[in-house]
Amino acid sequence: MTSKLEKKLNKLKEQLMEITGSENVDDSTSGRLVYSYDATPNFQALPDFVVSPRTAEEIAEILKLCSETSTPVYTRGSGTNLCADTCPLKGGVVLLMKYLNNILELDKENLTITVQPGTITKTISDLVEKEDLFYPPDPSSMKISTIGGNLAENSGGLRGLKYGVTKDYVMALQVALPNGELIRTGGKLTKDVAGYDLTHLFVGSEGTLGVITEATLKLIPKPESQKTILALYQDIEAAGRSVSAIISNKMIPVTLEFLDQDTIRAVEEFAHIGLPTNVKAILLIVQDGPKEIVDRDIHKIAEICREEQAVDVRLATSDEEAEELATARRSALSALARLKPTTILEDATVPRSEIAAMVRAITEVAQKYRVRISTFGHAGDGNLHPTCLTDARDEEEMKRVEEAFAEIFERAIELGGTLTGEHGVGATKAPYLEWKLGKAGLDVMRGIKQSIDPQGIMNPGKVFAETGKERMVTVK
Amino acid sequence: MMTPAEKQRIQKEFKEEMDYDELLNCMRCGFCLPSCPTYIETGHQEKHSPRGRIALMKGVTDGIIEPDDDFAHSLDLCLGCRACEPVCPSGVQYGHLLEDARAILQRNKKQTVRVKMIRKGVFEQLFPRQDRMEKVTGLIGFYQRSGLSKVARKVGFMNLFPESMATMEKVLPEVPRRSEMKQRPRYFEHEGEKKATVALFAGCLMDTMFFDTNNATIKLLRKAGCDVEIPENQLCCGALHGHNGELEKSKEMAKRNIEAFEAAEADYIITNAGGCSAFLIEYDHLLKNEPEWADRAKHFVAKLKDISALLVDLDFQKTHRLRLPEQIITYQDSCHLRNVMKTFDEPRILLNAIEGAQFVEMEGADTCCGSAGDYNIVQPDMAIQILDHKMEKVAGTHAQTIVTANPGCLLEMKLGVERAHRTGEVRAMHIADILVEALAD
Repeated sequence: MTSKLEKKLNKLKEQLMEITGSENVDDSTSGRLVYSYDATPNFQALPDFVVSPRTAEEIAEILKLCSETSTPVYTRGSGTNLCADTCPLKGGVVLLMKYLNNILELDKENLTITVQPGTITKTISDLVEKEDLFYPPDPSSMKISTIGGNLAENSGGLRGLKYGVTKDYVMALQVALPNGELIRTGGKLTKDVAGYDLTHLFVGSEGTLGVITEATLKLIPKPESQKTILALYQDIEAAGRSVSAIISNKMIPVTLEFLDQDTIRAVEEFAHIGLPTNVKAILLIVQDGPKEIVDRDIHKIAEICREEQAVDVRLATSDEEAEELATARRSALSALARLKPTTILEDATVPRSEIAAMVRAITEVAQKYRVRISTFGHAGDGNLHPTCLTDARDEEEMKRVEEAFAEIFERAIELGGTLTGEHGVGATKAPYLEWKLGKAGLDVMRGIKQSIDPQGIMNPGKVFAETGKERMVTVK
Repeated sequence: MMTPAEKQRIQKEFKEEMDYDELLNCMRCGFCLPSCPTYIETGHQEKHSPRGRIALMKGVTDGIIEPDDDFAHSLDLCLGCRACEPVCPSGVQYGHLLEDARAILQRNKKQTVRVKMIRKGVFEQLFPRQDRMEKVTGLIGFYQRSGLSKVARKVGFMNLFPESMATMEKVLPEVPRRSEMKQRPRYFEHEGEKKATVALFAGCLMDTMFFDTNNATIKLLRKAGCDVEIPENQLCCGALHGHNGELEKSKEMAKRNIEAFEAAEADYIITNAGGCSAFLIEYDHLLKNEPEWADRAKHFVAKLKDISALLVDLDFQKTHRLRLPEQIITYQDSCHLRNVMKTFDEPRILLNAIEGAQFVEMEGADTCCGSAGDYNIVQPDMAIQILDHKMEKVAGTHAQTIVTANPGCLLEMKLGVERAHRTGEVRAMHIADILVEALAD
């Protein structure tokens, strides 16, 4: 009594096994369950198969097969995604990158590194730093996340303010396309205007166009020294004003992170590194470069913070202490999760001159909808992470949470900002994407998607919403 | 294979008994992944990671999936080393979730009569009865001293056992005579200035197979200025039972131990086995639903300390000269001592204080060696894979002496040395034994 669907799945399984070998196709219940989620709350769906290819050629063949059979494909590294991009919402195939984790070449003449997509981000930075080189993008999950995931999401990190984000360090890609072709884009070239910039089309495409199977990344010389300070505030907005003041004084620190009191307390409870839990906000500021310049900048930044009513400014006394502070900051989101059963985080981003206004807007929204929002984030580049502490089991509150976030998106866009700075649109922000791009803008994206992935097999249910959200009118 | 009725029963019990708030507390960030030995050793298989296992438990509880043999295997393959807990920013109590889930599976497991008999024998008749532990150890001693062990090896009797067990038999310590165990006093006076009164948790294995290590521990405590009592009527800590899904039995043992140590009225309860101490320190969690025991368990837990932590507190390494012939020493953490008791600096402080020897930190000293209670018996393949990788790291330190702080880890290190064919070049020792060796008096 085999149904039509079962027959189809059995055939597909055989064909997948022919490509990768039977040991690399898993359709067991537990095998599928453990790839049914990522780090995004409230998203879970079981795939039909979990497939682990060993080569770019195998990936291309799988995509061709999936196009022919209209089978959805979701590429997955470590599943640390925060917008449900790795969640297999429509069933189909989860493509695991676990075997493709090799560093292929470190080119010290061109200052590039060529890697496979399953390589852990931190493995890359550690390796190049041993050679006095530097790969700056450092998402908080860098110890776990894969570079392929970083590329697909165009991840940011703590050093974005001075050094930019993942896209600023990608020179060349190899990509498997849904039609089964493998293409190479870009090269180890500083200048290259031959054709459309396909490299940067795939970076940040969230797995909706193809599968990145190899990447050549740009490296820079490692800065010779760095210093870290903590500025403490009893007034959140004063911290926001300090950020704008530092930058308008023509200084670009590497890192300019903001943590509110909830976040400070949760992080301290986990890390036990002596963060002051009695202040309302902290700025974590790092500068790097030649020693004299670092000293001069840090001195001046400390002065500005004091002028803006910082109650105290502390200098990290050793590299270890500085590293502890950065590591503690990277744990902020997961540490907040200890306070309530569900933590929903967004990453609305505004021009940095508007950071104080955005902090104020978040506070107002939280009060208006009676929800608890803690905020931390990369204040220096205008990228905040308002995080709602809630309980997914409380339906009435979840409705208010959704409304609160809709209003935060709205306010960010009004301030000249965007829905998401670094986490991606995925499934969580797809319904709002038109607010930012407009209908014509979204149509351009649809045209690109249609030409590369006509069957719509690549990460369906993400970026493009089935139904958009009515844009709300906020009362000013 | 589980029958549909069994699956249904297990699912129902997961719904009723699992701590749902704790399951929800995992926000699936994946920060635990790099710390998990089985995730690393299986080439990054999510179902062998803490995040994956919690998702599976939640999946069964939510009714998204049925429990099946794969599910059970995923939980079985967990070492229970709990390295995922200190790195979890959300503070998920993974060990508790694992114990609860294993208890449900164990209760519903169809076992062959043979396995049932062995489990009954070991868990109910042997470990909770110190007199029987002594008898069995006495028998092992007879086996070793009579020359029977040599005969057994020669005729290939041990070849009938799995490879790891056969090798294990070779590395067992020379066990004491039963009379020796029986004659040891229960009270010992401090030496020098008196600093504290302590009660020693002697441990079932430690006080039989590792009797000499317990004697070394007593010697160190006296020298550090402690009056030492070994309270009567104490039992095995119950860890082996707890980790194997026999929670009810371990609760009984916890109560007997709490009673035994209340009578002693000591300032500290001292252990020298990381595995035991991590179980003892969670007696309050184990008995949280029993009002008449909860407070008593809290008092017990508050007094608990590992020997190395107390020695450092009492400045033992500053007040005693420690000296050894020139050698390199390295230290393998006991996972439970590190991840649950949070004792990891102190053994290193003590070893660093030994003159003549050079302490070299081993890469990955904080990850499990594969011993993990009875893991090396029930999951021999994974255990051996982990152990062989560990021995490569040991070789990287060029150490002649590997120090540990738990009997399971100690035996595993000896097994590893034997497997790497380095017997004679490298020795494995308990920290109490090496400190006594280093005492220059």
